[in-house]
Amino acid sequence: MGNFAANEGLSIFVILVWLGINVFLFVYFYLAFLIERYYYTRVILGHALSWARAPAACLNFNCMLILLPVCRNLLSFLRGSIQYCSRTAARQLDRNLTFHKLVAYMIAFHTAIHIIAHLFNFERFMDSQLMINSSYLPYVLSQMGNNDNRSYLNPIRTNETNPTIVMFTTIAGLTGVVITLALILIITSSMEVIRRSYFEVFWFTHHLFILFFIGLVLHGVGRIVRGQTLESVKVHNPDECHSQFETWGKNGTNCPEPVFAGNPPMTWKWVVGPMILYVCERLVRFYRSQQKVVITKVVMHPSKTLELQMKKKGFKMEVGQYVFIQCPSISQLEWHPFTLTSAPEEDHLSVHIRIVGDWTQALYTACGGDKTVVMDAWTLPKVAVDGPFGTASEDVFRYEVVMLVGAGIGVTPFASVLKSVWYKHVQENKNVFTKKIYFYWLCPETQAFEWFADLLQSLERQMMEKDISDFLSYNIYLTRWKDAEAAHFRVQYEAEDDPITGLKQKTLYGKPNWDNEFSAIATQHPGSKVGVFLCGPMALATALGKQCISHTESGTEFIFNKENF
Amino acid sequence: MGKIEWAMWANEQALAAGLIYATGGIVGVAGQFRGWQFAAFGIAAGVFVCLLEYPRSKRGKGTSVERTGQYCFTVCVKAFGPLTRNYYVRAFLHAALCVPGGFMLATVLGCVCLGIASLIYLSAAIHGEHWEPILPRTEPPKRVGNSIKEPPQNPPPRPPPELRRKKADKLEPAAYDNPMSVTINE
Repeated sequence: MGNFAANEGLSIFVILVWLGINVFLFVYFYLAFLIERYYYTRVILGHALSWARAPAACLNFNCMLILLPVCRNLLSFLRGSIQYCSRTAARQLDRNLTFHKLVAYMIAFHTAIHIIAHLFNFERFMDSQLMINSSYLPYVLSQMGNNDNRSYLNPIRTNETNPTIVMFTTIAGLTGVVITLALILIITSSMEVIRRSYFEVFWFTHHLFILFFIGLVLHGVGRIVRGQTLESVKVHNPDECHSQFETWGKNGTNCPEPVFAGNPPMTWKWVVGPMILYVCERLVRFYRSQQKVVITKVVMHPSKTLELQMKKKGFKMEVGQYVFIQCPSISQLEWHPFTLTSAPEEDHLSVHIRIVGDWTQALYTACGGDKTVVMDAWTLPKVAVDGPFGTASEDVFRYEVVMLVGAGIGVTPFASVLKSVWYKHVQENKNVFTKKIYFYWLCPETQAFEWFADLLQSLERQMMEKDISDFLSYNIYLTRWKDAEAAHFRVQYEAEDDPITGLKQKTLYGKPNWDNEFSAIATQHPGSKVGVFLCGPMALATALGKQCISHTESGTEFIFNKENF
Repeated sequence: MGKIEWAMWANEQALAAGLIYATGGIVGVAGQFRGWQFAAFGIAAGVFVCLLEYPRSKRGKGTSVERTGQYCFTVCVKAFGPLTRNYYVRAFLHAALCVPGGFMLATVLGCVCLGIASLIYLSAAIHGEHWEPILPRTEPPKRVGNSIKEPPQNPPPRPPPELRRKKADKLEPAAYDNPMSVTINE
């Protein structure tokens, strides 16, 4: 339970505060339109007025929030500064995309309420123009302001129209249609199916948000929400005068004709700040991307993996972070994220890229993947690097005993961690707190990550030379295999090196028995705190979380860190 | 822009449009707005579009992800054969269905969204895509190999492991070398 509170407590708190503010704004602005000033507006519209204004306020709030979680550089900067005060708060900033999506859903929800309320509003405004009867208050109210066309109440000024036409001829209506369409297109192209398989559609459609924000700011410019002016309320009290509407302004009454005016637009006050921040963010990204990046080494690994080693002046990273890479000669607009596989102690930064799609294939060709001759450095393509971003797994070094569990491609950030631990422990001979690492790698096929097996091989060799083979204990689990391969494994059972990876420690088949593993580690290291780090699927996360809780007994404590690398 | 299958996006857009069309229609009818007949049509059209679009098509390349419980819808949609398979037909159908929505404010949004979906389907059709049902795979019956006809080479009783194990020079024969003969006639 303590683990849960430590991991999730701050997130839940943030969400509750956010929901609380939404509820507060909704109720506050709902009540704000039940006052005297809007008495006559409500005569025509009823409560639909408040039902439209309340979600509008929530929309202002959420549209302000939605730009903030995607200001990557701002978040990195905040993360770096907050880290010294509270690591939990710093880690909260890594969940920015989840928050962005939550706010987006809230925007969609409030948009729906807002539109439905306005459908009623339009209908009622139209009704009150069509019921031509001077004993009918809504009709009388709709005729106010016919002379100067400024002090009117009903934005529908004539009875020879219909709500659809009105919508397309008012600023509020037209901008409303534009922003709603932009929102719907953004949402449908952001569905997981589209996002995962056709990223470009998602990315380009998402830029409709520019149209969205322009429309949003202009939405209130027409001042279509109208109420009595303050001066008018002083001389014409709606409570007293509403029943005498047939004699307003005539000689001998206390009630002059009411004067109406529209509310000034408020949205810009909410969103101008974040819009400026976002513009700055894009400028920073552009500036950083212009910094010179030199590819120093290109390594073609088997199974379609390309390793790029690059140098960028002033680049600082922490273990487990990722960068965005752009190659202008392939595509001016595409930036793709890759986990860094180099350690902070190294003088270069490296990424391992699997060739799976168009962009990676083009990068492979551009870096001379098809050629067998050595390429000159100046023929390599120019690349731009933005980052580093994301979770820093510095926490790994705070534990004496560490369990690293990587599933499939989740093993990539651990390359950085292992290399860094290696540098810290051996070459700089610092007094490293971490004394033992248990590394578990679950994958359906090892071929895709042969480069990682190479890394483990070289670490193994170096450890044997320094006589500290006990430091790292790795367990590779092959979870899927073909029958033909199985025959080969059986035959090679007696060989000294593992037939698949060439490592001294044998590949194991199937899934690990976590119960046994945890018990073994608990017995080996009584009385210590063991940090468990996972990069893999949710099911594994739940399983490991449970194991941590059940094996945390007197003495050994397992602390689960579920990081999204 | 990469190898996008437009139909996948058109499907999401059409499903959303169907929901919006139906919701607008419900509001129009419930509020008894002027022109509520268009709203009633909107409900019917919206529901129809949702039912038609709910089953996702099988992707040309890559794994297809089904929507929850879409199998029965797949069967129904498949039953219409070429009418539902062809995306030109769908594009035209959506365009036709969306037109009445334009006559009433409550359904205008549904109309425009469905119109956009129709355009994306047109693009999909021009690119030669078509709807394929996602059906559960039937496993081919496991065929028994020929080796079942030969008796096992090394049946028990077997000598202890020390005698059985051979040195690693010749692996293939070593694995199958029997210390005593097991064929019938010898």
